[in-house]
Amino acid sequence: METSMYRSSHRKIALCLSIVPGLGQLYNRQYVKGAFFLILAISYYIVFADLLDIGLWGIVTLGEVIGRDHSIFLLVEGILAVIILVFGLGVYAFNLYDAYKNGQQRDLGLNISSLREQYHVLIDSGFPYLMISPGFILLVFVVVFPIIFVVLLAFTNYDLYHSPPAKLVDWVGFQNFIDLVKLDLWRKTFVNVLAWTIVWTFGATTLQIALGIFLAIIVNQKDLKGKAIIRTIFILPWAVPAFVSILIFSGMFNESFGVINKTILASLGIDPIDWMTDPFWTKVALILIQSWLGFPFIFAMTTGVLQAIPDELYEAAIVDGATAWQKFTKITLPLVLYAVAPILITQYTFNFNNFNIIYLFNGGGPAVSGQNAGATDILISWIYRLTMTSAQYSKAAAITLLLSLVVVSVALWQFRKTKSFKEEDMM
Amino acid sequence: MNMKRQKMIRLTLSYAVILAMTIIIVYPLLWVVGSSFNPGQSLSGSKMIPDHATVAHYKELFDTSKSDYLIWYANSLKISTLTMIFSVILVSLTAYSFSRYRFVGRQNGLITFLVLQMIPNFAALIAIYVLGLLTKLIDTHLGLILVYVGGAIPMNTWLMKGYLDTIPKELDESARIDGAGHLRIFFQIIMPLAKPIIAVIALFTFIAPFGDFILASVLLRSKEKFTLAVGLYDLVAKQFGNEFTTFAAGSVLIALPIAVLFLSFQKYFVSGLTAGGTKG
Repeated sequence: METSMYRSSHRKIALCLSIVPGLGQLYNRQYVKGAFFLILAISYYIVFADLLDIGLWGIVTLGEVIGRDHSIFLLVEGILAVIILVFGLGVYAFNLYDAYKNGQQRDLGLNISSLREQYHVLIDSGFPYLMISPGFILLVFVVVFPIIFVVLLAFTNYDLYHSPPAKLVDWVGFQNFIDLVKLDLWRKTFVNVLAWTIVWTFGATTLQIALGIFLAIIVNQKDLKGKAIIRTIFILPWAVPAFVSILIFSGMFNESFGVINKTILASLGIDPIDWMTDPFWTKVALILIQSWLGFPFIFAMTTGVLQAIPDELYEAAIVDGATAWQKFTKITLPLVLYAVAPILITQYTFNFNNFNIIYLFNGGGPAVSGQNAGATDILISWIYRLTMTSAQYSKAAAITLLLSLVVVSVALWQFRKTKSFKEEDMM
Repeated sequence: MNMKRQKMIRLTLSYAVILAMTIIIVYPLLWVVGSSFNPGQSLSGSKMIPDHATVAHYKELFDTSKSDYLIWYANSLKISTLTMIFSVILVSLTAYSFSRYRFVGRQNGLITFLVLQMIPNFAALIAIYVLGLLTKLIDTHLGLILVYVGGAIPMNTWLMKGYLDTIPKELDESARIDGAGHLRIFFQIIMPLAKPIIAVIALFTFIAPFGDFILASVLLRSKEKFTLAVGLYDLVAKQFGNEFTTFAAGSVLIALPIAVLFLSFQKYFVSGLTAGGTKG
């Protein structure tokens, strides 16, 4: 049926000719466009042939001769080559599609639009691409590129002992992940760090959320005076840059001169506590500090929600004879939790990766014998330590990969449930 | 009578909690202010209200021959401002396209952004470090700004797109019928209406580099290139206790302007966040 509508087979000829980019368009008598594609293809080949050749070879072998080949440079060039190849194939596919489409138009006996019309169509449909491209290109190079690099690095043996230019780096498959599970040092460290990361994430975040909601409800009581000033004070920890507060706290908790041991605990008659050298107390201090830093955010959000709850709800509840406790558990709490729930989950993911507090407070320490992470190192600060101080790049990359998988799956699960994603008209 | 007593107890307890929290919040802040006026470098023997208050530590910070503090301050402001400007421009362009145009790849683009915004960009720390080494962008502010701007795009694009979606499409359609071009609609119709969200994004992208420690400490190597976060850490980490009063003075000079700025923008900030939060 359909084929009988075509009077000729220009579309097939154009498609075949377009295997050499541009020829199909020339055949369709779109000379300018054809010439453009042809020149584009030739210059692409001239400019990128070497990079593609070396890059694709490099990413497979990671170099063969010590001294001549720098494995990490080759890996980077390889990723570049693959990105450029994908872009090239995209344009090539468009060239085939375009030749076929215009050939089809000729087969149907339609006029092919003139260059002028094509120009307008191009501007119209190309405008969003034009606007996105600066951001997109930057994103590819500083965000996507590093992610690809880390993923690939996780499958190599790049570390202090396999460090170019003196040594070559090799693909080792899943060896890093196997080491993390099998080698005693790594397994022990990994399990300890992971356990503390989980305790930290849930402990600190839950405490700051509970404190924030609790205080917001207390301050929001109708007959309480001085709300404005109280709210301003309660927001203060949020207003001071976190890195400043954390450094201040690390001074306050300091064992030799810190005000907490010297003044506060001493005046209460409590013996000094080893805040910086005892793992347990360091952890306690960290969770307390994070509550101090994090509750104002929740407090502000909850206050906003509380003020939006209409009074009629409570009045109706009073008419029905509800007690204060019932009003709280049946009206206030559900409404607050419903409204702040999406924000709460971002708080958990934030603390999961809260590098600043761990590192600035005590550098992840105190040190623990028999493992290569400090007692309060969470995954992200352990990665930092492995990268910056012990040059265990490939292990760090493998851990990064695991960490990212966790974060992305949690976040995807969350966003699948949020309204905006459901309502988004996905065409 | 009973009701009244109950109310009394409730209010008294509430005020007690509030008072306790106020002390917990304000004490560290006052302590650091007090320390900054204490004479001498070490903290042992220092008092919250010093007997012989001195501004020597502030003077020292402002003396460029003795400390790099002013340079760090300038670096931080420069990096934050440039990051803010570039981020706002790029985010506006991308968010506008995603909100207003239906084009091939839009859906995949949005999902990619959604996934990317979840991976903190310092997760790829090693890559950024190695790539910085390879491209010679390590220890330059340009490299740091590029990383910050790139990292800011996905999340803020979603935030802004959510806001732009609420601006009625009829507005740009009628403008189009009146003969306005793509750019004209963008600059003269949408952008003026998007001012609130632009302000929120500007604030976010200014604050984030200012408070960042990890990327700056990975990328910046030499002292005169440091940002405030890295510089202050350097100041205290090296000989903690010995320079603590100077550090305290430095902290006050950072915290004060930021806190004032923050408190005056607070309302804006919170409403922008909740709007973004409930909408996505």
